[in-house]
Amino acid sequence: MSQAVATGVLSPRRSLADMIPAAALLIVFLAYPLGLGVWLGFTDARIGRPGIFTGLENYISLFEDDVFLLSVFNTILYTSVATVIKFGLGLWLALLLNNSMPFKAFIRAIVLLPYIVPTVLSAIAFWWIYDAQFSIISWALVKMGIIDHYIDFLGEPNMARGSLIAANIWRGIPFVAICLLAGLQTISPSLYEAAALDGASAWQRFRHVTVPMLMPILSVVLTFSVLFTFTDFQLVYAITRGGPVNSTHLMATLAFQRAIAGGRLGEGAAISTAMIPFLIFATVFSYYGLQRRKWQQGGHDD
Amino acid sequence: MAAVVIRDVEKAFGSLRVIHGINVDIADGEFVVLVGPSGCGKSTLLRMIAGLEQITGGSISIGGRVVNNLPPKDRDTAMVFQNYALYPHMTVHDNMAFSLKLRHADAKLIGERVAKAAAILNLEDYLQRYPRQLSGGQRQRVAMGRAIVRDPQVFLFDEPLSNLDAKLRVQMRTEIKALHQRLKTTTVYVTHDQIEAMTMADRIVVMHDGIVEQIGTPLELYDHPANTFVAGFIGSPAMNFLPGTLRNGAVETAGGQAIRVAMPKAEDGQPVILGVRPEHLKIGNGHGIKGQVSVLEPTGAETQIFVDTPSGPVTAVVSERHSFAPGTPITLEPRPDCIHLFDAQSGRHL
Amino acid sequence: MTDVAVKPVAATSDTEGMAYLVTRSRKLVTVYLPLSLLVFVLLFPFYWMGVTTFKPNDELYNFREHNPFWIASPTLSNIDKLLFHTEYPQWLFNTMTIAVVATCISIFASVLAAYAITRLRFKGAQTIGLMIFLAYLVPPSILFIPLATIVFQLGVFDSNWALILTYPTFLIPFCTWLLMGYFKSIPYELEECALIDGATRLQILWKITLPLAVPGLISAGIFAFTLSWNEFIYALAFISSEEEKTVPVGVLTQLVEGDVYHWGALMAGALFGSLPVAILYSFFVEHYVSSLTGAVKE
Repeated sequence: MSQAVATGVLSPRRSLADMIPAAALLIVFLAYPLGLGVWLGFTDARIGRPGIFTGLENYISLFEDDVFLLSVFNTILYTSVATVIKFGLGLWLALLLNNSMPFKAFIRAIVLLPYIVPTVLSAIAFWWIYDAQFSIISWALVKMGIIDHYIDFLGEPNMARGSLIAANIWRGIPFVAICLLAGLQTISPSLYEAAALDGASAWQRFRHVTVPMLMPILSVVLTFSVLFTFTDFQLVYAITRGGPVNSTHLMATLAFQRAIAGGRLGEGAAISTAMIPFLIFATVFSYYGLQRRKWQQGGHDD
Repeated sequence: MAAVVIRDVEKAFGSLRVIHGINVDIADGEFVVLVGPSGCGKSTLLRMIAGLEQITGGSISIGGRVVNNLPPKDRDTAMVFQNYALYPHMTVHDNMAFSLKLRHADAKLIGERVAKAAAILNLEDYLQRYPRQLSGGQRQRVAMGRAIVRDPQVFLFDEPLSNLDAKLRVQMRTEIKALHQRLKTTTVYVTHDQIEAMTMADRIVVMHDGIVEQIGTPLELYDHPANTFVAGFIGSPAMNFLPGTLRNGAVETAGGQAIRVAMPKAEDGQPVILGVRPEHLKIGNGHGIKGQVSVLEPTGAETQIFVDTPSGPVTAVVSERHSFAPGTPITLEPRPDCIHLFDAQSGRHL
Repeated sequence: MTDVAVKPVAATSDTEGMAYLVTRSRKLVTVYLPLSLLVFVLLFPFYWMGVTTFKPNDELYNFREHNPFWIASPTLSNIDKLLFHTEYPQWLFNTMTIAVVATCISIFASVLAAYAITRLRFKGAQTIGLMIFLAYLVPPSILFIPLATIVFQLGVFDSNWALILTYPTFLIPFCTWLLMGYFKSIPYELEECALIDGATRLQILWKITLPLAVPGLISAGIFAFTLSWNEFIYALAFISSEEEKTVPVGVLTQLVEGDVYHWGALMAGALFGSLPVAILYSFFVEHYVSSLTGAVKE
């Protein structure tokens, strides 16, 4: 290897050159915008005219803005509830799929469909399912005698939040399930056999073998999931646009409304930037909190 | 400690039958080795004793209790796996204590048992380490420690030494044997290595293609193999086989040589296979198997001589040192009381 | 050890394990029942999408006479409306073009970057790789505002080029990370061998590394294509005229006239908008799954 490096065929200079296309695109369209976004949050830019530096004015006014504070609350609520339920059901689905059964590969493939399909399109389907007059869910529940009038899924704040969370969970379960299933399949069956011989019941095997061995991959999937749920835009925009009465606005949708619809770029950028501390906290928490374990370091296992 | 009785046991995976009617009686405290080539069903049988595989037919009882429908955790057996199956996220101490923790044993008992097992296996310094930080031999000992702490009725070993290097294997063999002598627990040990079987077993069960070929003490199998399979499997280098026909008290080999046989239990004219172990051949100058030296392998303590004969290659092991050039004609005389005769068709010992 | 011939056991599973301990009926209740429930919930919206697409409008809104789960008289009128009375075909074309071009650009850049990182042995290489992957985690909902201004300044606002240029920002990080994993698994000795035989770096990449990394390229390509289709906020923010829109944006914004929701056409749009990705996915399921789990397994 050193020979090849030295002779210049794979020299550092050439390899660094290889990275130029990727680096250029990322710097222009990612790193620079990130910095620009943060900067814009400190200005009063609007669509059509560049802004002047206004310091923390945007943030101060946001702090006193009820709608903004509500969006922060919504985002945290949305993320935490959806994540917990998503992971519970996703783990359950992964455990179910880990059994031997007929047509397993086919079932595994169709289970992933909610995640594959463009989010907005499935959101539109949920929009229709949640329709106040023609919801199929309401129809079925009325028919079964469980309720007596159609549910106003999207018209009442808490109901709307719940409906959106449900749609998010629906979309996210496959992702969690497939990733955790991959993790389950890496656990050597002889560990379960050893535990069975040691006297462990099925639940004890789950607790002492499955869960610890699944932790590393679980923490990674959790990090991803929290990140993407927190910054979700499509689902809420498609179904409620943030209503009713701003009760389902997430920080992302509010930023969009203020910046693009309202034209106040600086304010929108400030809202977007305000997401960053939460994201860093969530990432660090779920990644490092769950993952770093002494027993994973060291030599190679069999 | 308990006796293990395997009665008419059969095993099928779907429509594929892999074990056809096996009967083995293992006495309390005995060290029994199941040996045979890959695929003969020995590991499957062991797993059926443990409860890790379903028993398709027949019955297995441990300590007088039929265990066919008992889940593994109720059978009171402990197993040492080929790949050790140590819990990676637990320390050595916790690995060994796990079974007791599951039963909510009190901390004092756990401490005592783990300390005792660690002392027996020289693991005291490693109790707080994780499996990833241990060598293969150490992990093996931890696996054994885990089994010892259980204090079960039966120990089950599934090819535990296959993943170790040769030198370590020899050392661990002795340790396992010493452990058995100390604890006196009934042990069923599976291996494909006949040397392990010969050195460790009280009795050996030779398996082949899902059936038992022979059960006996190591020396019984060595001196009185029941058929050509057992004769060729036990003993290294393997027994020499020379096909021929029995005529007038001597075996006329395909190569046209006649070797006298005392008290043959076969009829004249019967096609037979003559078997004689390499260590029972000595270099002679008259009667015997004639051929030409092909390769010489001196190991220091003895010499292995590979001879080309009209009946095929023959191996001899002698304790003297020789230096024959390839092609030298040589006659090998079998010890008269060590000649085996097998029926050519069935392979049975005559 | 022994020279006795061994008859191999047939290549069925040589262990069924402890599965026998769970009785059939128990398995039905604890596995099959919950699984059927979950699968039903996961697939029902698609069924509902399909049913609505093919239902005539009068049937759609009339629950009293018609059971909503079935279609009494299926119709293609919604599909007709979608394909011939809206800009849907144009949106389809836009989205396809953007997805294909953005994917190609990204794969090209990612292959070079991933190759450089895995073959370059200096301490920073792994860190750069990690940083590239972390770039994937920067959410579009933070970047869209500054990117809108940049896109405007570059003069590509309200054109597909805005998306073709900005999509690689999230496609490249992911593809690079994925390809790094695949390149790492190709033994370097193969390339050294070729070096000794006199190949140039480009030849090595083209003739040895890439052919061996084809599964990775397919996985990355499929995933990138799916991500492009799924993108929404940039498409919504950077494009305003109807002919330039992508399928997700178009279906959401253009199929509602005033207060009237044309649900039939909307569902048709949703269904047909999902089809390209679903069809592609069905051919390459294993590749998609491996890219998903490969990224997560790090």
